[in-house]
Amino acid sequence: MKIQFELNGAPTAVEATPMARLLDVLREDLRLTGTKEGCGEGECGACTVLIDGRAINSCLVPVVQVRGAKVQTVEGLARDGRLHPVQQAFVDHGGAQCGICTPGFVVAAAELLARDPQPDAITIREALAGNLCRCTGYQKIIDSVARTLSGDEEAAR
Amino acid sequence: MMTSAAPVHTPADLADALALRAAHPAAWLLAGGTDIMVYLEAHAIDPPAFIDLWGLPELRGVDSRGDHIRVGACADYTTLIDDPAVRAHLPPLVEAARTVGARQIQNRGTIGGNIANASPAGDTMPVLLALDAVLELQSAARGLRAVPLADFYTGYKRTVMAPDELIAAVRIPKPAKADRLHFRKVGTRLAQSISKVVLGGRLRLDGDTVTEARLGWGSVAATPVRSPKAEAALVGQALSPSTIEAAVAALDGDITPIDDVRSTAGYRVRVAGRILRSWLESLRG
Repeated sequence: MKIQFELNGAPTAVEATPMARLLDVLREDLRLTGTKEGCGEGECGACTVLIDGRAINSCLVPVVQVRGAKVQTVEGLARDGRLHPVQQAFVDHGGAQCGICTPGFVVAAAELLARDPQPDAITIREALAGNLCRCTGYQKIIDSVARTLSGDEEAAR
Repeated sequence: MMTSAAPVHTPADLADALALRAAHPAAWLLAGGTDIMVYLEAHAIDPPAFIDLWGLPELRGVDSRGDHIRVGACADYTTLIDDPAVRAHLPPLVEAARTVGARQIQNRGTIGGNIANASPAGDTMPVLLALDAVLELQSAARGLRAVPLADFYTGYKRTVMAPDELIAAVRIPKPAKADRLHFRKVGTRLAQSISKVVLGGRLRLDGDTVTEARLGWGSVAATPVRSPKAEAALVGQALSPSTIEAAVAALDGDITPIDDVRSTAGYRVRVAGRILRSWLESLRG
C-alpha cells in the first residue's frame, strides 16, 4: 500500500507492505542507512528515530502506523550544513567509537534536549537507558550530551 | 527479517473498530506494537490480519473523573508518566511506567496493550490490581461491560475477553488519602529488564490497624495475581512484627512461581516475601 508521511521535513510517499518495519522501509526503500539495526526487538535503541518528536525504536513500528506522521532520522538532524549541537558534541568529546550505536544515541539525546535543554547526569542516563553501546562504557557518551552547547553558545562558536 | 503480509484494518473511530473486531475475530488488535512486532520478528505469531487501534483518539485520553481516573487503553507510558492527575493520585503507576523498557518503549507501549498481552511479567498489572482497577471492555453487540482486572485473567495468556471485544479504557479508583501505596520491581537491571518479581501494594490504615489490603504480584504465577491469604493475614490486625511475619508466611500459599530464563521459583518465593516484609516494616515508621 502507499504510505505517505513527512520524512526529515519533506513529504514522502513509499509503496510498502503495511506491517513492514519502519526500520526496513527507511533503510531499504528510502536508502537512509544512518538508522541502524542492532537487536531487532526493541532492546538496543540503535534504530531510534523521532516520530512526531518522540524517540521510538523503528524496528517496532509497522510502517502503516506512520501515515501522516513526522518522522525524523539521524540524517535529518543537521540544519543548513551544520551538525545538530548534540552531533557536534559527540565529535568534540569523543562520543562515538565504532559508531553503530551512535545514530540511536544522538537521536535519543536530541529528543531529551528538546524537552530538557540542561539535563543533569541522572536524567541523561535515564533518557539514554534504552540505548546500548558495546564499545565505550558510556561515560564519553554521557559527557557529550552533558556538554552539548545551547543554541546561543553554538551560534557564538 | 521476514515481513508479515497480513492486511491491516485501520478503523476511522471506535464504532468502526468494534465493527471490524466483530467481522474479523481472528485478527489481532495492534496498539503500540512493542510486543507484537517482537513476536512477528521471532515468528512466534502469524495472525491473518490486524486491526490498528493506534490512531483512535477515543482510546487515548487520561481523564480525572470524580472518584476515579479513566485511562484510555492506548495511552502510552510517557503520557501516564507526564499526566498531572496520574502523578497526583497514582504515583506507583508512574513508577511502574518508568520501569517499562526505557524511553523508546515508554513512548510507544500502551497500558491496554500491557494488559491484553497478558504476560505474567507485565509491569503495570500488579499496581493496577492493588488499586482495584476495572477494565472497560467494549463490543458492537453488547456494548460496554466493566470487568475488574482481578477477574480478567483465567490462565497463562488467557483472559475473559470475547473475540469481538476490545479494552477501551482502564478505570482506576483514586486511593484514599490515608492509603499507603507501593511499587517494587526486582529485575536484573533498572532499564530494559523483564521482571523477576513485581509487587504493587495498597494498605489502608486506621491508626496502626490495617482495614484494607491489596497486594498485586507479577512473575510469581501464570497470570498477574493478588495474594488473598497474605491480604487476609493483614486485615483487622495491628501492623506488628508478628502480623508482618504472618502475612509473609501466608504469601507462600498464594504464589506459584516457576523456574524460567530470568529466575528460579525458589528465588522468587524468597524475594517476594522479602520485598513484602520490607515494605510493611517501612510502614511501621
